[in-house]
Amino acid sequence: MDSPKPKEPAPPPGVWGPAVGLAWLFPGAGHFWLRRYGRAGWLAFAIVGMYLLGLMMRGPLFHPERGPDLLTTLIQYGGFIGHLCSGLLYLLTLWLGYAQPDAPGAVHDYGAKFLVTAGLLNILAMVDAYEIAAGRKS
Amino acid sequence: MPKVSLSHFEAALLFALFTSIVFGVVSKRTDRERVRYAAYCFAWFVAALFGLGWLMFLAHR
Repeated sequence: MDSPKPKEPAPPPGVWGPAVGLAWLFPGAGHFWLRRYGRAGWLAFAIVGMYLLGLMMRGPLFHPERGPDLLTTLIQYGGFIGHLCSGLLYLLTLWLGYAQPDAPGAVHDYGAKFLVTAGLLNILAMVDAYEIAAGRKS
Repeated sequence: MPKVSLSHFEAALLFALFTSIVFGVVSKRTDRERVRYAAYCFAWFVAALFGLGWLMFLAHR
């Protein structure tokens, strides 16, 4: 039986910090910093495209607030965390005064999902940037 | 910001496309594997879309 592989030590934050920080700030920027230009372009296209479509569908934004029940509170906080992971896109959206009320309709609903999913996909991009910067992936 | 109004199908297809691209880019180690995995994910998204669509249609009959 093989002995368990020793755990690799985590690289210092100075190695991966800039790449992960840039990846959070703008989708694809971490890969661009790491000179993976093609992948950076595809990530930016997909994540920014999804976010912009969410705005064009007038998806409402989630806010960190308590709802009438636990499920609503979880959805609000979870959605807000998803938005935060979009980085500058979300901050610009707030600064430019986007305030879409939660309205009934499939398109608005899809818009909300697109806005949150863009942030969640950006988490994957940040993890990928970390792995590349740490030398665990090319 | 212009407003768009998409059908369920168009919105779900775009969702599948963008998500599959990111899955492909971050999951694999060579460009060939990335393209194949993105296409694989997209195909499954679309298959699930049609499958669930038919399921809902039949359940509401």
